[in-house]
Amino acid sequence: METAPKPSKDVPPKKNRLKAKRKKPRRYWDEETLTAAGASPGLPRNKKRNRELRPQRPKNTNIAKKSRISRKPQLPKKPREGRNLEPQRSVSGAQDPFPGPAPVPVEAARKFRRIDKSKKLPHSKSKTRSRLEVAEAEEEEISIKAARSELLLAEEPGFLEGEDGEDTAKICQADIVEAVDIASAAKHFDLNLRQFGPYRLNYSPTGRHLAFGGHRGHVAALDWVTKRLMCEINVMEAVRDIRFLHSEALLAVAQNRWLHIYDNQGIELHCIRRCDRVTRLEFLPFHFLLATASETGFLTYLDVSVGKIMAALNARAGRLDVMTKNPYNAVIHLGHSNGTVSLWSPAMKEPLAKILCHRGGVRAVAVDSTGTYMATSGLDHQLKIFDLRGMFQPLSARTLPQGAGHLAFSQRGLLAAGMGDVVNIWAGQGKASPPSLEQPYLTHRLSGHVHGLQFCPFEDVLGVGHSGGITSMLVPGAAEPNFDGLESNPYRSQKQRQEWEVKALLEKVPAELICLDPRALAEVDVISLEQEKKERIERLGYDPEAKAPFQPKPKQKGRSSTASLVKRKRKVMDKEHRDKVRQSLEQQPQKQEKAKLPRARPSALDRFVR
Amino acid sequence: MKVKMLSRNPDNYVRETKLDLQRVPRNYDPTLHPFEVPREYVRALNATKLERVFAKPFLASLDGHRDGVNCMAKHPKSLATVLSGACDGEVRIWNLTKRKCIRTIQAHEGFVRGICTRFCGTSFFTVGDDKTVKQWKMDGPGYGEEEEPLHTILGKTVYTGIDHHWKEAVFATCGQQVDIWDEQRTSPICSMTWGFDSISSVKFNPIETFLLGSCASDRNIVLYDMRQATPLKKVILDMRTNTICWNPMEAFVFTAANEDYNLYTFDMRALDTPVMVHMDHVSAVLDVDYSPTGKEFVSASFDKSIRIFPVDKSRSREVYHTKRMQHVICVKWTSDSKYIMCGSDEMNIRLWKANASEKLGVLTSREKAAKDYNQKLKEKFQHHPHIKRIARHRHLPKSIYSQIQEQRIMKEARRRKEVNRLKHSKPGSVAIVSEKKKHVVAVVK
Repeated sequence: METAPKPSKDVPPKKNRLKAKRKKPRRYWDEETLTAAGASPGLPRNKKRNRELRPQRPKNTNIAKKSRISRKPQLPKKPREGRNLEPQRSVSGAQDPFPGPAPVPVEAARKFRRIDKSKKLPHSKSKTRSRLEVAEAEEEEISIKAARSELLLAEEPGFLEGEDGEDTAKICQADIVEAVDIASAAKHFDLNLRQFGPYRLNYSPTGRHLAFGGHRGHVAALDWVTKRLMCEINVMEAVRDIRFLHSEALLAVAQNRWLHIYDNQGIELHCIRRCDRVTRLEFLPFHFLLATASETGFLTYLDVSVGKIMAALNARAGRLDVMTKNPYNAVIHLGHSNGTVSLWSPAMKEPLAKILCHRGGVRAVAVDSTGTYMATSGLDHQLKIFDLRGMFQPLSARTLPQGAGHLAFSQRGLLAAGMGDVVNIWAGQGKASPPSLEQPYLTHRLSGHVHGLQFCPFEDVLGVGHSGGITSMLVPGAAEPNFDGLESNPYRSQKQRQEWEVKALLEKVPAELICLDPRALAEVDVISLEQEKKERIERLGYDPEAKAPFQPKPKQKGRSSTASLVKRKRKVMDKEHRDKVRQSLEQQPQKQEKAKLPRARPSALDRFVR
Repeated sequence: MKVKMLSRNPDNYVRETKLDLQRVPRNYDPTLHPFEVPREYVRALNATKLERVFAKPFLASLDGHRDGVNCMAKHPKSLATVLSGACDGEVRIWNLTKRKCIRTIQAHEGFVRGICTRFCGTSFFTVGDDKTVKQWKMDGPGYGEEEEPLHTILGKTVYTGIDHHWKEAVFATCGQQVDIWDEQRTSPICSMTWGFDSISSVKFNPIETFLLGSCASDRNIVLYDMRQATPLKKVILDMRTNTICWNPMEAFVFTAANEDYNLYTFDMRALDTPVMVHMDHVSAVLDVDYSPTGKEFVSASFDKSIRIFPVDKSRSREVYHTKRMQHVICVKWTSDSKYIMCGSDEMNIRLWKANASEKLGVLTSREKAAKDYNQKLKEKFQHHPHIKRIARHRHLPKSIYSQIQEQRIMKEARRRKEVNRLKHSKPGSVAIVSEKKKHVVAVVK
């Protein structure tokens, strides 16, 4: 690619470049302006200022990479710089203290990158290759622009820091409430509802509304920011789980017998009898699918836009009561009593993957918003974090005295666990790193046993449903500070909501597209490509794209004897053969290493392995 | 203890009055926009479906001729003016914006074989079966004047085609031979022949203006340089070529409409292999015309349809037909590259959109942005089987549909035979001839 960086050639600081410029022969018409520029006191001052300014830029980015990213926009500028120093000066004579394009934070640019350059297409034609290169260059430019635009984001995330040596876990909610502003303090509240016993709760996708259902039939929905109650009913039946559908106007409630759907007035709209004895609900907003896990061991997908059951999958693992969705790829994770977590998509009758996580049953599962980490807790009192990319490796584990019954991830990667009547929250380094389990970030003791946990989207709040009611905890730094107005806007008007609803329905993703890698749709299907090629060769009887065997041209001068022709032919053939052998030799040691790696202990049966 | 909670001021996110626009803060973080690819895919699918829904290419039919339309010409200066010549010797001038005939001339006895406009747009030439070449004024006769040609040249043989030089006062006719005429003179400056046969069409190259191409009924395409007395070179194909058309953007590329249902795009410098063989018609191709962008061309066929081909693709991207359209004899792509006109046997000239689903008229900026976005999406996901199927689907009349099936079977049989022959003979003894090379018989210089 033309943007490929020349290794560290243009990294050397500006000083060298300036020197090089000075040595360059000058045109006679340049001379006057240049000497004038050289004589002016501006130039050396500029250098000094530059030196002062350099270290002030973000430290965490390393220079080589920074230069690579910011190089491209510089390219057209270079010839101008080489000719004259004039463009750096404005009309008023003041010098630009920050010459050149603004630097781009590398981390941010990486976040926006979509194309994996390490993947190459097998034997692609030059035309395709050049087109791909253009697309890649465009992609890089877009990621740089997106990274630059991060500067425009208005809000900063919250934080909580202890003074030297102070443990943040020791800070109690009352202290935080006292320290923060009134508006934030109002977000901490306790609903004392002892009568209708342990509560499940759910925030709407915009984070504006809260619905909760008690085990003894109490169901309510409210705008929790303004504390305006939307509806409150008693369904006279045990409520197992409650979930908002795509907007706050619809509410799915898993009751003792069947699944019911209510609107925000508390009017029952539907009773879905095909989903019976539902224990857990999950809603996939982009697919308009309501996933239900039932006591009978079925995972059922209900398309709420057309009211059709898209798939009913038998997990063959007994009662299902641990379920979570992966927000990155809409795969449903089910936890089973034999310690495995299985991954499901409505397109497949069998699980996409099964991960053995615990000895003993799985009690809770949670997946973070980037879809990278999964936290599980089991009956063996372990809390584990798995990497969902690739081989599902456990990253860290910790034994908890009581074991966590409920887990939840926040938008910025905080992990909350409910253990008995205590809630622990762990934090990681940043948004894309797993939470470190050594030291909790916050702890809080509630007035009853935890029964449901969810971080509120776009607010630093953790909602906890317990046997004593509902508690809204303050967790600084939990939520994404800057929402996108076109996706989920907490401040949207009714009109905006209606428009969003129409758009969302128009681009409802079909259920068949749910798979582990949601970007797979944009990649080349190499397997079927190869298959097609093979079939074509079979049909035609020859390979139309095959390289013709080398045919030496007859000599222009002198005689070309048959022997010499054969000799030349043989020479080329031998060279090709040698190349092939060399390649295969290079690949072999890698293969052997790979074969050796997984076996840790030698076995008596090894001698029979060839 | 240092603590900061996320606390937004609603004033920054809610509009002040109802007259304001809603505030929409954006954050392009990919975690806030999950399922980017599947959602884009669904959008692309919707855009493709809508494209097919809005594909209504037929705009108007210009009727008035009393016999089949045999030839057409574009006005070089006015987009709204079109000239057409019919089989009964009548020439009509049309106004496309009014969709009306503005002038009728009884130009010849018998067919009007060819019509072309002068580069300045002040006059036009016609040739007919009555062995005459006539020059006419573009404006109609004044009050009381009679409709008369400016000049009439009486020839010895029938002229079958005419084309005007793009810059000079020179034109070329064809018949028994290719004649180059000066407008001021009544005898040709030079006439060129290569063998004895009737030449069906002659075309000047719009860029290298001295070059001409002609095609004759002895299966040749012959290239001439006006500055030489003899032809340059010729290529002999399997069957007869009806017309050729030069690419208006690439000087050395031309496309030939052949009787064997195919079109061949040639590079003038290497005539032994066509650059591309365009197959899709199911009957002889009668006329071809390039889009002014040089990226696409339209072809008219005896199978009662017209097709639009990209220059670098062997299959057509579009096929137009109507119930009443008979054998299409001539076709033109308008100079603004937006419309296509075709003249057919049943006396009508039809006006089509070049892009079937394009919205006519002025687009608002939001419409334009949406159109561009959808276009890009369609391009991105064009190879996905579901989208490809919808985008490619065309309804065809039964005659064409069954012919396609039939020809597919024939082609498959031929291919099978070839494969069998290859399989059962000594390796290397049967040469594999590519589809491109199959149709070229010889190149003569």
